[in-house]
Amino acid sequence: MGFLDTLLGRTRPVQPNLDELFALPTAALTLEAGTDFKPTGSGSVCFRAAEGKAFSDIEKDVRDLLNMGGNKPVQVTTDAYRFTWLVCQHSGDDPEGLVTDLHAVNSSLQNGGFGPQLLCTIMAFRDSGGRSLGLVYLYKRGTFYPFAPLAGQQRDNALELQIRGVLGSDLKIEPDLARWMPIWGAPGL
Amino acid sequence: MARTRYASDPGLIARMGLTMFLLGLVFVGFGVGLGYLILYYGSHRAGGNMSDSGLIFFAAVIGIGSALASYYWSDKIALRTSGAQLVSPNDGPEAARLHAIVDRLCALADMPKPRVAIAPTQMPNAFATGRNTKVAVVCATQGILHKLDNNELEGVLAHEMSHVAHKDVAVMTIASFLGIVAALMVRFAFYSELFGGRGRNNNQSALLIIPIMLLSIVVYCVSFLLIRLLSRYRELAADRSGALLTGQPSALASALVKVTGDMARIPMKDLREAEPLNTFYFTPALRPGQSGIATIFSTHPSLDRRLAQLDKISKQLSK
Repeated sequence: MGFLDTLLGRTRPVQPNLDELFALPTAALTLEAGTDFKPTGSGSVCFRAAEGKAFSDIEKDVRDLLNMGGNKPVQVTTDAYRFTWLVCQHSGDDPEGLVTDLHAVNSSLQNGGFGPQLLCTIMAFRDSGGRSLGLVYLYKRGTFYPFAPLAGQQRDNALELQIRGVLGSDLKIEPDLARWMPIWGAPGL
Repeated sequence: MARTRYASDPGLIARMGLTMFLLGLVFVGFGVGLGYLILYYGSHRAGGNMSDSGLIFFAAVIGIGSALASYYWSDKIALRTSGAQLVSPNDGPEAARLHAIVDRLCALADMPKPRVAIAPTQMPNAFATGRNTKVAVVCATQGILHKLDNNELEGVLAHEMSHVAHKDVAVMTIASFLGIVAALMVRFAFYSELFGGRGRNNNQSALLIIPIMLLSIVVYCVSFLLIRLLSRYRELAADRSGALLTGQPSALASALVKVTGDMARIPMKDLREAEPLNTFYFTPALRPGQSGIATIFSTHPSLDRRLAQLDKISKQLSK
């Protein structure tokens, strides 16, 4: 925010940074090589729906677009905080296809002028012991962080920090730990 | 470059700019007027009576002191006055809910997360304070947590976090600083006339102190009205930014209606206790429905004005 914005009390909506998202397939390979975690094939985009017809039209177009491909139909859920989640399901060995689908959602919203409504994208992983891990992409910062939920709204911080070490050279990891926001009950995770 | 749907409001910006310009003009006039009075009377004076420059100096020091205190300790003062407690996400379901909403808003707005507090009062309200985003505190009362659903609460918190993003504590402190000095000078001049004037044998300083006092009174009154006007524009700006951040102006409107309707039914005792905090609050602890002359003294715009703006934003978003 510039001095003039502060003086006049205005904020400019933050546009999402979509570039870093395509680093995910490489990171998935590194994660498989360095740990026991494999992609589950599911990924989700989370955004805050704006009110009005303009947004619901775009949302409908995105769903139609994703359902046109031969994959499983995209699931739409709204969480307790009224954020919308689009969950795409691919096979576990096709992270590129998944990321392409996720990107289709982003670019549709951004082209419709609703880029600032994007919150995050999650790619889901699971290890042989059944532990789940999400790589969360923060659109506004263009950074990733690992999120490992345990039962009862606890998170496995040790695992998260371990994953940060493994992926540090492949992904831009969010340096500010205070921004590693927990997303309890994230659909698709 | 993607197109944007988030049009700014040139009218609001122009009015706010004009208010600040007028405020600056009043304060420059105040300084020039003081300097002129001192020089003019100083050159006509025989003795070395320094009581009037001492008066100005004293008022300025106290004014700067109180402005700095409210600037640096705004968060502590507000927390202390409201009796609010800082909470972590593990302090129960209400705290977890508040943190989750604030987390998401911060991620949407790319803002560092402020501290989060809950005030143990049933009055439905919320406030944000702190001189910058690093020490900012966002506080909700227990009343508002019970009263509003997640959607509405998010609108209220987005409004409060817009105050933080706009650095309203800093802006309002600077804006009110010289108003405080003028008010102090009126008071000091009055006391000095009352207690100091009797023993003097020259009436030069009595001559000087009366115009200083009159000038200070005028500056104080005009700046008071301008500061209140500025405060109302900052509220509208925070409503606007908050509504655009969540994309849900109607949720904020619904929260405003619920909270304002409730504020009217609160017993007077609570209201008086809460009044010093009004500038920080989401909606003032006064009876709504005031009109005409009362609105120009008010820190917040009328409910109708706020709803009309949110309605306009809602229409813009659906286009």
